[in-house]
Amino acid sequence: MAPDPPLALLAELTHRCPLACPYCSNPLDLSRASAELDTPTWKQVLGEAAALGVLQVHFSGGEPLARRDLVELVGRATEVGLYSNLITSGIGLEADRLQALVAAGLEHVQLSIQDADTASGDRIAGLTGAQEAKSRAARLVQEAGLPLTMNAVVHRQNLDRLGETIELAVALGADRLEIAHVQYYGWALRNRGALLPSRDQLDAATATVETARARLQGVIVIDYVLPDYFAHRPKACMGGWGRRFLNISPTGKVLPCHAAETLPGLCFPNVAEANLSEIWYRSPAFERFRGTDWMPEPCRSCDRREIDWGGCRCQAFALTGDGGRTDPACALSPDHELLVAARDDAEVTTSRLVYRRYSAARKLIA
Amino acid sequence: MTETGEAGGKGRIPVEGKTVLRLAPHAKFRFDDVRQAWVVLAPERLFLPDEQAVEILHLIDGACDVDCVIDELVRRYEAPREVIAGDVTAMLQDLVDKKVLRR
Repeated sequence: MAPDPPLALLAELTHRCPLACPYCSNPLDLSRASAELDTPTWKQVLGEAAALGVLQVHFSGGEPLARRDLVELVGRATEVGLYSNLITSGIGLEADRLQALVAAGLEHVQLSIQDADTASGDRIAGLTGAQEAKSRAARLVQEAGLPLTMNAVVHRQNLDRLGETIELAVALGADRLEIAHVQYYGWALRNRGALLPSRDQLDAATATVETARARLQGVIVIDYVLPDYFAHRPKACMGGWGRRFLNISPTGKVLPCHAAETLPGLCFPNVAEANLSEIWYRSPAFERFRGTDWMPEPCRSCDRREIDWGGCRCQAFALTGDGGRTDPACALSPDHELLVAARDDAEVTTSRLVYRRYSAARKLIA
Repeated sequence: MTETGEAGGKGRIPVEGKTVLRLAPHAKFRFDDVRQAWVVLAPERLFLPDEQAVEILHLIDGACDVDCVIDELVRRYEAPREVIAGDVTAMLQDLVDKKVLRR
């Protein structure tokens, strides 16, 4: 049976970023500016995405504001009927640039926040003054009349201040707060010992979210999901491999999710080589884990196989060395112990962080 | 500083008979040619509404209140008003809470 068309495209325009968050979802092997797709290619790709059935495009990075052609690309998205969202650190967002983005058809901004505490926020982002710049960006987005979502990635070093983070999001006028636990592959896996929360921390945070949700209903929408490392069943990562989402890397690689390049043995097509439609419907990389035929036991005969689609391939690989195994987040996985062991390790940890920088990348992948 | 718009103060908007709803700014309800289906696009949200939801969303025009939406559906389906009212109110409240619809 042919898959449905994708719903959304994550357009990672660049890996350049003023921040150095140690849990960054970009690969260790960061791309240089000189290797990025040019403007005409992105415009062509946005047209192909709309024709394929993509409805929303998320302009992301790195920091998408680092691309000088961002306004032009948003304009192109609008022209072909895509709903556009800017996923930004807010660093370097100026009123006139935002006005130009709104005029080009930008519908929504998602702004990251590293912590409620300024010093800690700056430390986690690896940039002094980051927190202040973010507050300013939030005000600009509000003044421009755009809906604002704040995205807080949470972990051991900021989870105890989740209540304050929620208050900050309300004070900054966010309509939505997305609280996302770190996912452990790439940079975050290198920093797992410093980031994985303890069970007590997690339970307290979950209670904080539940109380805040009830109190703030209608004021702010809070999206929150429990982290895989403390789960019994895996999540439907990306809604299933090659079922809903496409990701395009700064150099034009087309991926089923932003971390897919961590999986060895898969050849991801480039937009320069093929049309997005061909890639979505026919490339071996998108076929590899699509549907249920690829599944091993216990997934293959499980009632939940079309609910969670076997969980996350990248997590399976990160923990077991085989991307084709059941996600160890599932308590039914024969590898679930690996995750339990990592969780136990989290009781004794380090606070030292490896920052996501080109210099660190050179060392890590050397 | 934290006002979200001319609808006034913050807090949950209860969906009642006299509530007049419309799409929130930056929410779109449009026909998708690729899928040959109606879609709802909003910040961090994307729905492919079922047939009934599509019909209800077409009646949300910023003029007709919730009672008027329900009356129209009762007329079309000749169904008991309380059944339709319950379904419609629950769906609209959910969309309001998700900030897809507003007063």
